[in-house]
Amino acid sequence: MSTNIDKLHDDHHHTPSGIMRWITTTNHKDIGTLYLWFSLLMFFIGGFMALVIRAELFQPGLQLVIPGFFNQMTTMHALIMIFGAVMPAFVGLANWQIPLMIGAPDMALPRLNNWSFWILPFAFTMMISTLFFESGGPAAGWTLYPPLSLQGGDSMPFVILSIHMLGLSSILGAINVIATILNMRAPGMTLMKMPIFVWTWLITAFLLIAAMPVLAGAITMLLTDRFFGTTFFTASGGGDPVMFQHIFWFFGHPEVYILILPAFGIISTIIPAFSRKKLFGYDSMVYATASIALLSFVVWAHHMFTVGMPLAGEIFFMLTTMLIAVPTGVKVFNWVATMWRGSMTFETPMLFAIAFIVLFTIGGFSGLMLAMVPADFQYHDTYFVVAHFHYVLVPGAVFAIIAAVYYWLPKWTGKMYDESLGKIHFWLTTIFVNLTFFPMHFVGLAGMPRRIPDYAVQFADFNAIASVGAFGFGLSQLMFVYILYKTLKKDVTAEDKVWDGAEGLEWTLSSPPPYHSFNVAPKID
Amino acid sequence: MRILTTLLIASFPGSIFADWETNMPRGVTPTSEIAYDIHMLIFYITVVIGILVFGAMLYSIIYHRKSVGHKPASFHESTKVEIIWTVIPFIILVGMAIPATKALILMEDTRDSEITLKVTGYQWMWQYEYLEDDVSFFSKIDTASNTARRLNSGLDVFEVDDYLRNVDNVVVLPTDTKIRILLTASDVIHAWWVPELGGKKDAIPGYINEMWIDISKPGIYRGQCAELCGKDHGFMPIVVKAVPKDEYIKWVSIQKDEKIAKNR
Ligand code: HEM
Ligand SMILES: [Cu+2]
Ligand SMILES: [Cu+2]
Repeated sequence: MSTNIDKLHDDHHHTPSGIMRWITTTNHKDIGTLYLWFSLLMFFIGGFMALVIRAELFQPGLQLVIPGFFNQMTTMHALIMIFGAVMPAFVGLANWQIPLMIGAPDMALPRLNNWSFWILPFAFTMMISTLFFESGGPAAGWTLYPPLSLQGGDSMPFVILSIHMLGLSSILGAINVIATILNMRAPGMTLMKMPIFVWTWLITAFLLIAAMPVLAGAITMLLTDRFFGTTFFTASGGGDPVMFQHIFWFFGHPEVYILILPAFGIISTIIPAFSRKKLFGYDSMVYATASIALLSFVVWAHHMFTVGMPLAGEIFFMLTTMLIAVPTGVKVFNWVATMWRGSMTFETPMLFAIAFIVLFTIGGFSGLMLAMVPADFQYHDTYFVVAHFHYVLVPGAVFAIIAAVYYWLPKWTGKMYDESLGKIHFWLTTIFVNLTFFPMHFVGLAGMPRRIPDYAVQFADFNAIASVGAFGFGLSQLMFVYILYKTLKKDVTAEDKVWDGAEGLEWTLSSPPPYHSFNVAPKID
Repeated sequence: MRILTTLLIASFPGSIFADWETNMPRGVTPTSEIAYDIHMLIFYITVVIGILVFGAMLYSIIYHRKSVGHKPASFHESTKVEIIWTVIPFIILVGMAIPATKALILMEDTRDSEITLKVTGYQWMWQYEYLEDDVSFFSKIDTASNTARRLNSGLDVFEVDDYLRNVDNVVVLPTDTKIRILLTASDVIHAWWVPELGGKKDAIPGYINEMWIDISKPGIYRGQCAELCGKDHGFMPIVVKAVPKDEYIKWVSIQKDEKIAKNR
């Protein structure tokens, strides 16, 4: 590698310093860093709201907040975690890693990249500020079902505008990812030689472009129903409240895969690295990801089995949903086969990745149970569903993000994190995540609906446990911040190839990598 | 761990009154029993799959680690294996889809019902109309729960009988009768759900949804609204009292008499 030339070029590069560096930056690493810090901030804001919820649910009876505010907390918690924490974290990882992994100097559309990030802080400032309105923030759930959402206070147009901005940001980000991957791969890197993380992001980007406009349409119709006298979703005017649910979930189900496919890519990168063995079934991993993405457009109504669909519709959506379990299963089996007869070590990223496989699979199992319509009539809108999606999202998506940060942090910064602290962080997080979410299966099955601020006394014990777990989980994440802080304070000492089993172009660069990743494209054979 | 949690729990006020129910009730209607059977079937299947997959993983974690000197193998694909673990899950799924589809067909068959109960959701109460008998009334949370549930009411909710699960007017229904339930709502979407009587169904403005129940055992069955419907969504309980047919007929005639008396 011609590191000298890189250095020279870097010296010529005039970047503004201080805050202007970050506001005007078009560099994929700077933008990736911005995304990741922003996401961490949102994790803590959304997490704080979760703790308000869990504190209120610690015991039956209302002790802390009134029901209206409780509903604002559940709504905002979900919106912030989905759009503010998990999605930006994945975009941040894409920004950092895709150019490094495909041998490109930067993203294809750097100015667009700057924009897609800088929309976010404004969108969330607006969204969160609605909590301070006299009529409060949105309280109809993140699913925004009318007619309830049409009853909302002044927050509604602001929340809708901010969701539009988030959608815009995601679509711009997705365009950039696609343009980069399709145009800027190093010579010789054919599609089927791309790192699997790049593959999963390519597919995710297409999902984003297909799904976000659908959401935009749905919420715009809500807006006109509320302010311009249309009655798309109002029965008394000839509209149809169920139509909203169909449109919403046509976005919503692909969205849940937007939240997990990049995680699959991360796990498929980390497991081989620490098993010192190539990923088992690379091709089938790619095909499985693609078929999950395609299927995700024909299963949406499994979120609304209780709206009174015709029998044929219920059967169709049950079968397609069950079908998704096949490619999902292939992924899990391939991960286990990758570990099988490897030579494993258990550094922090690997620990999080293994926990991901186990706990995500548990979430997949409950997903399969939810797909069975006769049983879903009981499960639907209970804490069982809450347990399901938290298993796939917290020890699923979030664990993958944490694993990715531990895995690539030494590459990004040139500084190694403290391994023993990382392991403690892992164990605390894993124990508390289960303490929080496992009991939710039980109360859900026993009959506790979701989205309620208070509950009958027979649900008290498991709720108390879940609340203890939630506070433990939240506090454990302060440790993550401490580990990051401690790492960043160190001197640069990490080797270029941090992990002996890791493969990929990013490890051929220095740690930290030069400002423009690859000025000369590497050759792939 | 178990001991720790038990200790932890024992220190919480009132927990002696609570129980540790961890599963779906089997219930007292054909539909609730079907739901339960399908639930258990798929649960056991996932347990078996889980044991196999996690077992293989655990074995690998124990024996295929660098610290015990295991050298990595070099295989990274096998079309045969990959086809096997695509096809076998598929067959298992077909095996689950058949009973589930059959069950579903039965659950959605509301024909030949003997009486019809119309349920309308309001923010935040239920209206019940017995269509054949021209009896109708509203039902909302009982006063004791409603007082105790206020923010910092100062009352101990563990002292309230059936806290949040009691209503002023109970729905009385006959046992051993196929009852069709029609559901709608006047303002926002609600969902009517009594776990022991089977699944829930949404009550949607502008829609009339149907479900059916056939209660096999007399008793009191409790449930609540299951679709977020605004600030008091958590406070819309449902209480069904199932009584033998003759008793039900008596109850209906009393309701009718009362109505006539009121109208006079
Ligand atoms: C084997 C794969 C999966 C299956 C079969 C499955 C199935 C389902 C079903 C049927 C529901 C609706 C339950 C109900 O409301 O009654 C549901 C809810 C949900 N699932 Fe999954 N799921 C799977 C994987 C995932 C993944 C990977 C994610 C995201 C990372 C996810 C996120 C969610 C969320 C967020 C909800 C609840 C949405 C809401 O109502 O607010 N699921 N899932
Ligand atoms: Cu879904
Ligand atoms: Cu409700």
